Amino acid sequence: MVDDNGSAFDAVEEGPESSDAPSEAPRAASEDSLEHPSVTALKDGFGEAVLHHEVHAGDQHVVFIEPTRNVKLLTWLKSDPDHAYDLLADVTAVDYGEGRPIQVVYQLWSITHRRALRVKCELALDALTINSVVPLWKTADWLEREVYDLFGVEFTGHPDLRRILMPQNYAEGHPLRKDFPLRGRFSRAEQTKRALSQDYQDYYTPEMLEMGGAPALLPPELEQADTEAEDVS
Amino acid sequence: MTIQTVEPTLGSEHMLINIGPQHPATHGVLRLVCELDGETVIRVMPDIGFLHSSFEKLGEYRTWNQIVPLTDRMDYLAPLIYNCVYVMAVEKLMGLEVTERCKVVRVICMEMDRIFSHLLWLGTTAIDVGAFTPFLYAFQERERIYKLHESFTGARITTSATRIGGMMADLPDGWTESLRDFLKTFPDTLDEIDSLLTTNGIHLGRTLDVGVISAEDAINHGFTGPNLRASGVSYDLRKDKPYYDYETYDFEVPIGENGDCYDRYLVRMEEMRQSVGILHQALDRLPEGPINVEDPRVSLPSKTDCMSDMESMIHHFKLITEGIAVPEGDCYFAVEGSKGELGMYVVSDGGEKPVRWRIRPPSFVNLSVISKLAEGHLVSDLIMINASLDIVLGEIDR
Repeated sequence: MVDDNGSAFDAVEEGPESSDAPSEAPRAASEDSLEHPSVTALKDGFGEAVLHHEVHAGDQHVVFIEPTRNVKLLTWLKSDPDHAYDLLADVTAVDYGEGRPIQVVYQLWSITHRRALRVKCELALDALTINSVVPLWKTADWLEREVYDLFGVEFTGHPDLRRILMPQNYAEGHPLRKDFPLRGRFSRAEQTKRALSQDYQDYYTPEMLEMGGAPALLPPELEQADTEAEDVS
Repeated sequence: MTIQTVEPTLGSEHMLINIGPQHPATHGVLRLVCELDGETVIRVMPDIGFLHSSFEKLGEYRTWNQIVPLTDRMDYLAPLIYNCVYVMAVEKLMGLEVTERCKVVRVICMEMDRIFSHLLWLGTTAIDVGAFTPFLYAFQERERIYKLHESFTGARITTSATRIGGMMADLPDGWTESLRDFLKTFPDTLDEIDSLLTTNGIHLGRTLDVGVISAEDAINHGFTGPNLRASGVSYDLRKDKPYYDYETYDFEVPIGENGDCYDRYLVRMEEMRQSVGILHQALDRLPEGPINVEDPRVSLPSKTDCMSDMESMIHHFKLITEGIAVPEGDCYFAVEGSKGELGMYVVSDGGEKPVRWRIRPPSFVNLSVISKLAEGHLVSDLIMINASLDIVLGEIDR
């Protein structure tokens, strides 16, 4: 235990959370913290697939890798016993706007080695496709769906790539992109109209409808009469 | 005889049913589309997004300090933890070290809200399996934390108590005594609930071996927090990646064995007791001194200085009109929230608004496993499994 007279403060300054002097830019970390064992090993093992390496916020290591080889490198990071990043904490994306590439961000954590690593893949706006990591971590299932939903990044090999937070029939695009206006692309009137004119297919996937037995549909002539009645009203 | 001839035709058709989105047992606006064979769950397909408020998009249009009120609206069951972790992430990106008093006050806030959140989970989960009394006991204790919230921040749920570089205000007079009063009697109530549930035959029958997940699967599916620890993995960010001097507090991390609903219950019960211990230690060490950091980048000059000194006035004006400037870079900061690893990922381009503000949602990841957990169980077990995950839809949908 420590007393209240500042020794706890010392413990923090020496501890893993230490950060740089406030005035310095976040990338300018001290010499010894510029090395990360996994990044060094990645550079040795995969060479040009590792694009570059940055240190942010004092001690957070970010490694940019070739997007086409993401599964290969992440498989190695997960399975190599010296690194063993068994917990995929997060998958997300960052759009800086102004036509800059969208970054797909993987936050990795190794429970055995108590070590964190952030892996980034940059995707050009006209080629938003990357391999899915669901076979490696089941966590990625919903997280990749969310990135697809909000950023429009396609994950090749994902078992069920559908929208997750926005409605399935959402037609305004991908909301977290910088070119997406805060209130959406459609007018309020159009948004309301669409919300009120949803069909049961919008709530059930075709698979669900088949499984549950499709609801008893009206015979064609009655359906005709039904829509006519709606038009009158 | 007739029964035997009828049986083969039963259960041949699968049924599709909806649980929710408006159903008290889903603990929020959650829709579970279930494929059933009789009463057995074949598959669960959760449908979320009903509460989607696009907080992350909204955050890109707000200055750094204006985001704080958005954070407590996500997890209204543990608002102070969310307030704290957001500013901790921004402070880490700025390289800003908060005062010693502020650190201890934030530890108090976070541990208090861990109890707060676990109590809601305890009460509502008990009611899902038919135990009404623990619900009343738990909510009575929660009410006392609501009062503590209110006397500190002015609000019961939407606390918005933190600011970058410190807190909205220092603890009011007598607040620590009120918290000590709570800590004095709360363990007794917890023991009472414990005696009602832990060896209760009905509760055991409903939770033992229900929703089992192995340690390996739990990690692979991204489980964190009490759910992961119930499967026997000792992963707690307070121990594994300590922040705010958690390594100097004396507490245990409870771990389960089987990873079933009962273990998740036991782990959370013990966590509340450990939090009481941490709160006692934090109150004992609470240092005197300023709560807010003296740093020209974030702290406003005093009113007297503003009125007498031109530089201070300009400084005040710029901080108010433009907001805080956060250096370029990105930062992922995670704490042990009440529901799991709660991370905030902030990206700045050097401006007064974030380029990206991302929440690593523990409930979102935990909920995605429900289909795997509920497979082969009865519908009534699905309700228990859903409850045992301790989800909050405000944070899942964000």
